[in-house]
Amino acid sequence: MNGKDVTFLEDTFKKFYFEHFDLLHVPDDPNQREFGYQKFNGGMNRHLSLKSDKELHLLLMQNKPSDVYCSNARYMFPNLPMSEKDWQNAELIFDIDAKDLRKEHPKNNTLIKCSECNEISELGESCPKCNSTKLSFTTLTCDDCIKSTKDEVLKLNKILIDDLGINEENIKIFFSGNEGFHIYVHKSEYESVGSRERAELSDYIMFRGGIPETFGFKKFNTNKSSLPKFDDVGWNGRLAKHLYGTKSNRSKISQEILSGGYALFQKKLEDFRDSIGIKIDPNVTQDIHRIFRLPGSINSKSGLTKIFVEDLKKFDPYIDACFIDDEEIEVAANCPIEFSLKKKKFGPFNNEQVSVPKFAAVYMMCKGVASSV
Amino acid sequence: MIAIFKLSWYTIVMVNLGNDEIVKYPFLTEAGKYLNDLGFSLEQFGSDPDLKKIVDNAFERIITSSEGRIFKSDPSSNNSALPLEIFSFLIAVILLKLSGMNTLIRRFSLAEARRAEKFLEKDLMNHKDITKAKLSLQILQELFSVTVEKIDEEFTILVSDYLKHSINFHEREWKLINRKVTNGKVHLTPHETVRLVRKELDRHIYTKINSSSTPEMIIGFETYVDKLKQLAKKFEVKTVESKEFPPCIKHAIEVLEKGENLPHSGRFLLATFLLNKGQTVEQIAPLFKNAPDYNPKVTIYQLNQLSGISGTTEYKSPSCEKVKSQNLCFPVPACDTIINPLQFGRKRV
Repeated sequence: MNGKDVTFLEDTFKKFYFEHFDLLHVPDDPNQREFGYQKFNGGMNRHLSLKSDKELHLLLMQNKPSDVYCSNARYMFPNLPMSEKDWQNAELIFDIDAKDLRKEHPKNNTLIKCSECNEISELGESCPKCNSTKLSFTTLTCDDCIKSTKDEVLKLNKILIDDLGINEENIKIFFSGNEGFHIYVHKSEYESVGSRERAELSDYIMFRGGIPETFGFKKFNTNKSSLPKFDDVGWNGRLAKHLYGTKSNRSKISQEILSGGYALFQKKLEDFRDSIGIKIDPNVTQDIHRIFRLPGSINSKSGLTKIFVEDLKKFDPYIDACFIDDEEIEVAANCPIEFSLKKKKFGPFNNEQVSVPKFAAVYMMCKGVASSV
Repeated sequence: MIAIFKLSWYTIVMVNLGNDEIVKYPFLTEAGKYLNDLGFSLEQFGSDPDLKKIVDNAFERIITSSEGRIFKSDPSSNNSALPLEIFSFLIAVILLKLSGMNTLIRRFSLAEARRAEKFLEKDLMNHKDITKAKLSLQILQELFSVTVEKIDEEFTILVSDYLKHSINFHEREWKLINRKVTNGKVHLTPHETVRLVRKELDRHIYTKINSSSTPEMIIGFETYVDKLKQLAKKFEVKTVESKEFPPCIKHAIEVLEKGENLPHSGRFLLATFLLNKGQTVEQIAPLFKNAPDYNPKVTIYQLNQLSGISGTTEYKSPSCEKVKSQNLCFPVPACDTIINPLQFGRKRV
């Protein structure tokens, strides 16, 4: 990113923070948390300790960060190197991101950037300019992506409550600031469990590693009655609903499953991962030393804010998480596809100088498809 | 009289143990006190012909465990004036300490854990004698911090407690997905409940034996100890290793060679694997040059971090399970017997 863009974004982010200190708070037990931040074009500064909202606000004003982070873990000595921090516990966190849900990039919402010649173009298999296949993909605003991500969050919540016994009040959903949601579980017995245990929880939620015996299919002497039933609890019940569709189908379909044999059922269980497993990012849940984007801070991948979601159904990130003002700005835009923010459509822009509201300018600059003029 | 045992490794579990229970769970008792009260010294076991049977028993107990079998209880022996089984356990520990053979201590701990497990399971299911069932629940609680609730014929424990123990198992049936899970609890049979803590029970016994002090050689024990030293040699394992990479590593290298994006977890796997195999940062760095986001400075920095050159930690190659959960595992039959990619191609000779 060029110097002019950096200055523009730093000033814009700083203005946002100054006007929205009410959104930015240190979490519970701040003196046990590790904080970190990044500057535009800069590396990560982490192992920081902040004890109050005031210290946080000062950091935002003094350092003009592009991104701000805070650990879900609590440490005795959060600002020492990792091996000396003395990990105590960590809230359980799940990350559901649109990129993990889709099998392919959404055609109308994705653009490609060529790693060889830097050409930006509509979605394709190779760079239209130099034919290189070394491409990076950037997704712009996508309502369908957000819709499917929300559905996944709801499915996750149900498992957290019904299976894992988590109190609904302790589940807090945040929009990640780009195209996903972070689900925080506060005050649970899972706070004390380590990385390997969290990997097991991830596998459970993602429906990974299930064996036929768990679902009543033994290698020998299996009968229909032992297969999952509609009213079973946990994965057995969810699998039954997926397999049979309706209660009345159970008899017919369970017979088909039995006829298919053990090996086929085993194979099918693996396939069901894609259809019924919850698509969380397991690495996020397993990593107990991670620093997460701080709620209330701007995500420099989009210029949108990571924000608490009160009502998931009604929440529209492209309105509710877009806090930058609408002062008209001139930018050089190279955005070959359309996107929509605050109910307004923008683009496509074909290497042209355009005047757009600041929130759209920031969005495009963060996505790497516009620069200051 | 010489103080009977200088073994300081017996912690008292806050339950009241009768003779019956000490026979079942000899590792739980304050054994030194127990034997002291009966008035025996270690030297007596080496010299008194009447006590020789106990030393023979103790030796047998070790041999049995070294063969992977469980020492069989003989209930009648425990009704005599001298509870032979308790003695044989304690003398076995002394013999093991005198032999200093770690491989035998490991086998002994496991066999003793499995023996205790059988009793625990039986006690858990004891409907007639509620105190026995309660005692086994108490042992689980105090030794392993597992709170077990009994609901009809099933037992439930908190998911978080379950996970802390189940992660030590590699068999798939122990994965949480293969358990009945409702409302934050895992449902288990009595057998599974007890099996869940086998490794910890094993570790508990092993740690205690290992941390106890070794007495001076006792006259009359020399032959037993020499035989144990001979026996331990049988278990020495020699291995050879092939130079072939496991499929997950081959896959990671292929992805990079094609210039495709290998996720962070894949890069971590590849780098730690090669570092653990003895390659240098300079040898490994060029592998990443085809990555779409290749930056030589960052690559060297990160490799130095992983190798422990820059930081304080030398990172270990992730386990097969972790690799699997990251969708980076492409198993071949030779992977069936390993739990870490580093073990691929290692064979016993």
